[in-house]
Amino acid sequence: MDSSTRERRIAEHKKRVNLIFKKCVWDDFLDRALEMSPEDMLEKVKESGLRGRGGAGFPTWLKWKFAREAEADEKYVICNADEGEPGTFKDRAILQEQAGKVLPGMLVCAKVIGAEKGFIYLRGEYAYLLPALSQEVENFNEKIREKGERFSIEIKLGSGAYVCGEETALIESLEGNRGEPRNKPPFPVSEGYLGKPTVVHNVETLVYASIIISEGPECFKSLGTSDSAGAKVFCISGDTDLDEGIYELEMGMTIKEFVELFSDGDIKAVQVGGASGHCVPRKKFADTIIGFEGVPTGGSMVLFNSSRSMYNVLHNYLEFFEEESCGQCTPCRIGCQQLLKGIEAVKSGEKPSEYLDDLVKLAGMMKISAKCGLGQSAANPFISIVEHFREEIMY
Amino acid sequence: MSEKITLKINNIDVTVSAGATVLDAARKLKIKIPTLCNHPDICVAGNCRVCVVEQKDSGALPAACATPAAEGMEIHTNTRRVREARKAVISLLLSEHNNDCLRCYKNGNCELQELATEYTVEADRYISILKDYGVDKSSPSIQKDDSKCVRCQRCVRTCANLQDVSALWISGKGRKNKISTFMDKTIDYVVCTNCGQCVNRCPTGALTEKNYIEEVWGAIDDPSKHVVVQTAPAVRVALGEVLGCETGSRVTGKMVTVLKRLGFDRVFDTNFTADLTIIEEGHELLRRLSEKLRDGKDVPLPQFTSCSPGWIKYAEHVFPEILDYLSTCKSPQQMFGALAKTYYAEKAGIDPADMVVVSVMPCTAKKFEAARPEMNSSGFRDVDCVITTRELGHMIKQSGIDFNNLEESLCDSLLGAHTGAAVIFGATGGVMEAALRTAYEVVTGRAVPFENLNIIPVRGMNGVREASVKIEGCLSKWKFLEGAELKLAIAHGLVNARKLAKQVAEGRSPYHFIEIMACPGGCLGGGGQPIPTNMDIRMKRMDAIYSEDESLEFRKSHDNPEVIRIYEDFLKEPLGKRSHKLLHTRYTERGRYRTLNR
Repeated sequence: MDSSTRERRIAEHKKRVNLIFKKCVWDDFLDRALEMSPEDMLEKVKESGLRGRGGAGFPTWLKWKFAREAEADEKYVICNADEGEPGTFKDRAILQEQAGKVLPGMLVCAKVIGAEKGFIYLRGEYAYLLPALSQEVENFNEKIREKGERFSIEIKLGSGAYVCGEETALIESLEGNRGEPRNKPPFPVSEGYLGKPTVVHNVETLVYASIIISEGPECFKSLGTSDSAGAKVFCISGDTDLDEGIYELEMGMTIKEFVELFSDGDIKAVQVGGASGHCVPRKKFADTIIGFEGVPTGGSMVLFNSSRSMYNVLHNYLEFFEEESCGQCTPCRIGCQQLLKGIEAVKSGEKPSEYLDDLVKLAGMMKISAKCGLGQSAANPFISIVEHFREEIMY
Repeated sequence: MSEKITLKINNIDVTVSAGATVLDAARKLKIKIPTLCNHPDICVAGNCRVCVVEQKDSGALPAACATPAAEGMEIHTNTRRVREARKAVISLLLSEHNNDCLRCYKNGNCELQELATEYTVEADRYISILKDYGVDKSSPSIQKDDSKCVRCQRCVRTCANLQDVSALWISGKGRKNKISTFMDKTIDYVVCTNCGQCVNRCPTGALTEKNYIEEVWGAIDDPSKHVVVQTAPAVRVALGEVLGCETGSRVTGKMVTVLKRLGFDRVFDTNFTADLTIIEEGHELLRRLSEKLRDGKDVPLPQFTSCSPGWIKYAEHVFPEILDYLSTCKSPQQMFGALAKTYYAEKAGIDPADMVVVSVMPCTAKKFEAARPEMNSSGFRDVDCVITTRELGHMIKQSGIDFNNLEESLCDSLLGAHTGAAVIFGATGGVMEAALRTAYEVVTGRAVPFENLNIIPVRGMNGVREASVKIEGCLSKWKFLEGAELKLAIAHGLVNARKLAKQVAEGRSPYHFIEIMACPGGCLGGGGQPIPTNMDIRMKRMDAIYSEDESLEFRKSHDNPEVIRIYEDFLKEPLGKRSHKLLHTRYTERGRYRTLNR
C-alpha cells in the first residue's frame, strides 16, 4: 500500500474524527455560552466524560467542581501550552489553527470556577507563535469585555524547562520562581497561582470543553469507550511511511489497529505517551488499548521498526530525563542518572546483566517515591523496555 | 486553627491540630521517621524523600514531612516497601556523595552518615556519579564542598527564609543541579554575610566553617609567641553541648581552666570589651540624642548597634544609605584585639609584634571581621585568629583533657573582669538591656526602673520587638531628656533586621535605638555554635545566659572595676581620642556584587 493510498484510508477510517480542526463559524458561541449558567456548563462537561488531555486523565468536571467550591477572592485558569513531551506537537498546531476554540474554553472554565484572570503558559520554544496568538488573545479580551465580562487572558512565555509542564512547576515559573514542582497536597485547585485556587488545563482539554459547551456533550460522549470518552489528537512520528503528523482519532483503539493504520506493518514497538510513557512491544499490540483503561497518552505515538535498537531508544530517553529532571528530589535526580549509567555499564560489560534487576527495583522505587509526576513517570520507558527488550540492552 | 484531626500511625490513634504533618503526628507518638531535608527552623521542602511512609489506599509513598495529616488517614512507617525505598534513597545519595568520611570535618556529626549506618547501606550499591568539584575556600568564614552536598536545600532556605540574603541558590537542572551562588562565583565574591546559618543547618560536610585549629595550635606551640585568648559570652552556654553536657549547661569556669591547660598564655574575656562597648556605645547614643534634641542638629537617629558582623556586612551590601546610623563602635571582639596589643602589651611589657590574639566566637562572621583591612588600629592585625565554639570543642577533644571534671577558674585580670550586662550580649535584646542599664543611670543617677535590673520587655524570641522607656528625674546635665520617651526596637535574624532597616532607609523609623543581631536568637544561635540548632536548644541557651547574668556580682557595665580602671589609666574618657583611634571604626559601601572583571 503506498502512502497516498494509506492517507486516503486514514481519512476515511471509521475512527477518524473531525471536531477540533473542523472549520466552523463560532461567532455566536460566546453569546450562547454566556447565556448558560455555570451549573449548566459544569453539568454538560460532566456528562461528556471529558478527562484531562495532558495524559494524566483527571476528570475535567471534577477539577472545576473543586475549584468552584474553593473559597477565595481570586481564582485563576491556566492553559498549559508548555508542550515539551518528546514526540508531542499537537498543542502547537491547535494554537496555530484553532486558538479561537482554546480561548472560549478558558472563558467557560473561568465562568464555572469564578475566575477573572487566565494565563496561557506558552512553551519558550514556541515564541514564534506569539505574535499571532497575542493578536488573537487581544481580540478575544476586547470582545468579551464588550460583552461585559471581567475575564481576561494573558500570555506568559516559559524558558525551556520540560518540568514546567508539570502543573505546580508551571505555577512556580509563572510566579517568577525557579520551575520546581511543589508538594501535593495542597493541589492547585485549592492553592495554586499566588496561593489561590487555580485550574491548569492542557490546550486540547480546553478546546474539547469549548466544543462540548457549543455542540453539546453528546458529540463527545458518543465517541470512545466508557473509561476513555471522546476523541484525542495523536502525534504520529517515528517509522511511519506517512508524513509525521497530527490525527484526531477516537479513543479506545488497540495499538494493533493503530499500527495497521499508520505503518507498513514492520513495527516492533510503539512508545505511547512520549518519553514518560510506556513502550509497548509487538506481542502486546493486539490487547493494548490506547486510553485510560490501557496505556494513556498525552498524544505522542512513536513507532519503531525492526531496524531500531531499543538500547538506543532507551538511552535517548534516559539522557533526556537525566537533563530535564528539575533535580530537587533524590529519586528523580540521581535515579535517572543511575538508570542511564546502569544500562551503559551493562552494555559495556562493566556490570553483570543481573544489575538490570537492581535497576528495575530502583525504577520501581522512583515510581512510588519521587516528588512529582516527572520523577514518577521517568522510569516508565526503562521498566517497559527492559521488560520486553532485555537482550537488546544486554548485548 | 483549633480543628483536631485523628489519624492512625502504625495502628495507633493520634490526634493533632489541623495543619500538622504526618511527621508531626509521628513525632507526637515518639515514632521516629528519618529526615534529611527537613529542619524545624525553615519551610518544608519534601525533597530528599528519606521520610517516605506508606499510606493506606495510595500506591505511592508520600513524604511524611510534606504530607498534611488528614482525618482517618492510615499511615505505616515501617513496612518493607518503606524500608526499601529509604534504603534506595540513601544509597542514591551515597552514589553522588564524596564518601571520604574519615577525612571529612563533619565525620561523626553527619546526618547522611547516621542514616547510612542506621539503614546498613552499602556505599557501592549504585555506580558512583560523584562529579569533580573544587572546594570553595575563598571566604575567610565559610567553606563549601559540593562533593558532599545532598541537595537538601536547607542552606538555600536558611539563607532566604531566615536571612533574606539568598547568597546560596539552586542552579542547573537534573544532573547539573547544585547549590550555587550568583553566577557561580566564589563565596567571597558574592553577597554573603558570613553569618554561617547555612553551616548550622547543613546536614553533611558540604558547608563548614573555615577552620583555624592548626593555626591556633601553631601559635601555642611557638615559644616566641605570647598567645592571649578571649571568649564571647554565648560560647560558655553552648560549649558544653559538644563535650557531652546537657544543652543549656553553663561551663564558664571550666572553659577558663581548659583554655589555660591548652596552653594559652593569658585567658581573657570578650565580656570585658562588651562592657566597654556599652560605655562607648551608650555615650555615643547620648551624644546623638543631645545633638538632635538639645542642639537641633541633623544627626542620624536611630542608632543601630554594631556588634554583629553579619548585620554589618548585610547593611554594607543591602542598605548602604543607612551606614551613618550604625554605631561607630567596633564589636567587642575587635575592641579586645586593639586593646590587647596596646593597653595590655604596654602593661605587661610585651612587644605586640610577638603577641597572638585568638578569639573563640559563636560566630563565623567574626572570622571575616577580624580580617577586615581596617581592623589594625594597634598597628598590627588586631585579632589574629578566630575559632568557633565548635573548633574549640575539637581542640579540647584533641587535648585529651577531661573537661567535665575540671575545676573552675577565673579569667586573668586586666581584660578579664566582666558584668552580667556583658554576658547578656549573647542573647537577642541583651545589648539593648545592657545599654539601658548604663545609659539610664548615667542620665538619671538611678538604676533602671525594672525589678532586679531585668528589663523583661526587651527579652524573648519574637523576631522584631519594641519597647519604650520614659526618662524621668534627669540629672541637670541631661535636663533636655526629662520626660522623653526613648523608643527602642530589637530584631534578630536578618529577615527581621530588614524590616527595621527599611524603615530607617525610608525615613519613617519611629525609634531612637535599634539592636540588630544577624542570627536567630542572637549570638547564642550564631553560625559557629554547636550543631544541631533549633528553637528548643536556643531557648535553653538563652535561659543559661540570663541565669549567668543573675549569678554575677556586678550587673551593670559601668560597675566593671577593670573598665573603670582602663578609663583612668589609658582611655581617659568615653569617646575620647584614644577611644576614637582604637575602639571605633568606619563602614564600607559594598553594593550588590563586586565588579565583574575580576
